[in-house]
Amino acid sequence: MSEVNSSLSLANPHPANYNGTQKLGLALIAIGVLSLALAWVGIGKDQALYFFIAMLAGLMGGGLIYFYGTYGKLPAGIKNNRVFFSSIASRGALGWMLGIILTGFYISLYFFPKYLNGLISLFDPLSQLVRGKDSDQWFVYGTFYTIAVLVMGIKFMMKYRHNRYQLIRTSSVTFFQLILAWTLPIIMENLYNYGPYLSYFWPLDYDAIFPGSLSYVLKSGKLGQFVVVWGLIMTFVATPILTYFFGKRWYCSWVCGCGGLAETAGDPFRHLSDKSLRAWKIERWLIHSVLAFIIILTVLLLVDNAATGKVLGDAAGKSLAKTYSFLIGSIFAGVIGTGFYPILGNRAWCRFGCPMAAYMGIIQRFKSRFRITTNGAQCISCGNCSTYCEMGIDVRWYAQRGQNIVRASCVGCGICSAVCPRGVLKLETGPENAQRTGIQLDSHGLIPLEAVKILD
Amino acid sequence: MHIVIIGNGISGITAARTLRKHSDHEITVISGETDHFFSRTALMYIYMGHMRYQETKPYEDWFWSKNRINLKKAWVKQIDTDNNHILFSDDSGMHYDRLLIASGSKSNKFGWPGQDLDGVQGLYSFQDLEAMERTTKHGISRAVIVGGGLIGIEMAEMLHSRHYPVTLLVREQSYWNNVLPAQESAMITRHIREHGFDLRLGVELKEILDDGTGKVKGVVTSEGETIDCQLVGLTAGVSPNIEFVKSSKIVCGRGIIVNQFQQTNINGVYAAGDCAQMETPPADRRPIEQVWYTGKIQGETAALNILGRPTAYNPGYWYNSAKFLDIEYQTYGMVLPVLREGEEAFYWEDANGKRSIHLVWRKQDRRFIGINNFGIRLRHTTFNHWLKQQATVDEVLRDIRAAAFDPEFFKPFEKELISAWNIQFPDHQIQLNNKRSLRARIFHS
Repeated sequence: MSEVNSSLSLANPHPANYNGTQKLGLALIAIGVLSLALAWVGIGKDQALYFFIAMLAGLMGGGLIYFYGTYGKLPAGIKNNRVFFSSIASRGALGWMLGIILTGFYISLYFFPKYLNGLISLFDPLSQLVRGKDSDQWFVYGTFYTIAVLVMGIKFMMKYRHNRYQLIRTSSVTFFQLILAWTLPIIMENLYNYGPYLSYFWPLDYDAIFPGSLSYVLKSGKLGQFVVVWGLIMTFVATPILTYFFGKRWYCSWVCGCGGLAETAGDPFRHLSDKSLRAWKIERWLIHSVLAFIIILTVLLLVDNAATGKVLGDAAGKSLAKTYSFLIGSIFAGVIGTGFYPILGNRAWCRFGCPMAAYMGIIQRFKSRFRITTNGAQCISCGNCSTYCEMGIDVRWYAQRGQNIVRASCVGCGICSAVCPRGVLKLETGPENAQRTGIQLDSHGLIPLEAVKILD
Repeated sequence: MHIVIIGNGISGITAARTLRKHSDHEITVISGETDHFFSRTALMYIYMGHMRYQETKPYEDWFWSKNRINLKKAWVKQIDTDNNHILFSDDSGMHYDRLLIASGSKSNKFGWPGQDLDGVQGLYSFQDLEAMERTTKHGISRAVIVGGGLIGIEMAEMLHSRHYPVTLLVREQSYWNNVLPAQESAMITRHIREHGFDLRLGVELKEILDDGTGKVKGVVTSEGETIDCQLVGLTAGVSPNIEFVKSSKIVCGRGIIVNQFQQTNINGVYAAGDCAQMETPPADRRPIEQVWYTGKIQGETAALNILGRPTAYNPGYWYNSAKFLDIEYQTYGMVLPVLREGEEAFYWEDANGKRSIHLVWRKQDRRFIGINNFGIRLRHTTFNHWLKQQATVDEVLRDIRAAAFDPEFFKPFEKELISAWNIQFPDHQIQLNNKRSLRARIFHS
């Protein structure tokens, strides 16, 4: 309401009461940001190592100390105080500024990497150490990304330390980012000159089975063959089976790198997702269009390749692939998906664009054991669940009529259940029967008419 | 037919939705509080910054015109049942064919000196929230909250979220022990203190002090102590908000008197929710129920009766839930603060003092009567099933896994609970059933 907080805190802002630990953390973060800024504009090129250490220690160490100061001493429990008063986390001036900075970073990264030269050389010492060669923009991005997932993942675990589902899930996404997305590809590249990313598959990894990529990957011999087969098994066998048993959460909020960033660094923005019916309508059109686009494109390219270019012609195929890569791969997934965290919330890409999410969503909606169970008639319609649903699902709409939530978009993050003050929601798997989607109240009805569909 | 509903809370809105679902009558909902229905239970979250007002609205604003439910923002001053006419505070009026009064509650004031000063308030309406924002706009050095119930702890939590020190004056010797058994009350008392609240038990409010400009400057307690503060929260319960009804021919007691069909003494006039007083309440129910779901059921019951489908108010078995700071609470069936004649009980508390289960049953046939669970979530439908089947306490315990509703990976409580039971009642040893066979038995039998 009246109170607006202009602090930069992403963690439960308490502007009036920064404690000593928080101040120490903030001071270190400031040193980290300063080192980063100086390096970016090209100062300190000759002392890259020192700047790098200052940056890393400042951002990681400072961040962790700050978050410890924020959550460590409070009793365990839901920590959403002042979320909507925070300028940075509720589309205030600072939120917009952060959005513009992130968007600018993504545009530079994808289209004008030369603007990142200062940053790239800042990462040379680390790159030399782990890869034996100079850094490039993708190494910078991957490393930043991993640091963000790690630090903000630990922050998330401090925030939700009373909730074992959140602890285990967050350990999982953090592990997959750190090990499968960052460390393993670097090791493999050192050993085999080819660094596959094993937790990233078609159709999210959209060009994984384009003819061009296939022939490139297969050049790396047995490893390449393994990666191709692994990817195909994951996409066409493991994904439907796992989604049937656990819902799409097994990937979206436990494994996926995009999901990993959204669940950790993006967590302070989860309440910004649009809950309106209109947004849901847009979502359904958009995400399924992207899925259709990538399926058609991939099939066309493969057929064309088999027919040695007689269907599309090389140029047409390439330009279609480029269109997807530009519009979906770069603009949607990166610039909008992450750059707009402070504006659209942390799952805009996952909700509106990700073809992998669309694919699993169809399975989850129509053929899965996963559901969020509503606990009888305990709902008091407070709206915490809907507010903190990063996918913009109006969870309350179901909960207040005693209906289980079975929605294609649900990534199973479990926050609706965590923030519910009355113990109404539970993510679970069970038999696929009428109870899965039906209304749970008995025929004599705890709430006789609420159980009837009223005014959909 | 024009059906007019006074009040856009859960009762009035549920009635309006039910009426629209089953009929094409003209429906008008009147409220002076807000333009649209919002969830009163979320008022605290607005002040704490967990949500904004718009997040507390369960339906988008287009919903009302799309479903042809007219919304009128006005305060009702008077009801003339002879002419089917209601009068608003601006002296305009409205005709009705059927009238439903669902005007909710107001906070209790017990005639304390200074209770009408600026800075003294309850927490019930949107206006109360606005008052709280106004009073704390430039900060306060302390707030004093009087009354130890659910609203008291909510208000304390709200003010705490803005870093204002809070003193709670509670008449009882332990928090909410007029509703909770001693063990749970002790647990909550501990938890409140752990959060840093200045909780004064066995202390009452004597007087609220005026700073000379009509604003609060402090309170005097029953112990004669003066506590400086700029906000006083009165949370010693609520009572029906029916001032505007009293001049009419509608019979009122503490609330508007209704029969089991939500009908008042006047033909075509109904009442539902917090403001209604049941002439003969159902078993284990109070005449005036101020609970979210009873408001919902009464609204629906009233609507069906307005439509000529005689339906008696039937809230089913008692249940409820709440959250005390970080500890959630649910209850199914009847667990009273003191056992009734012929009842027996078992209490288990986790070593960390944050989870507990309290079971009550009838001695003579061991029939399960009720459960209180703190820090543990249990399934409503399962307990409803057990209450209906008149299951014994032994059956409930044996199958308790079927009712577990905590999120996945949470620390299970069942084994500890049962081993504590087996130690206390060696003659009634329980062996836990595993979950798979339970699911089959309870839901597919």
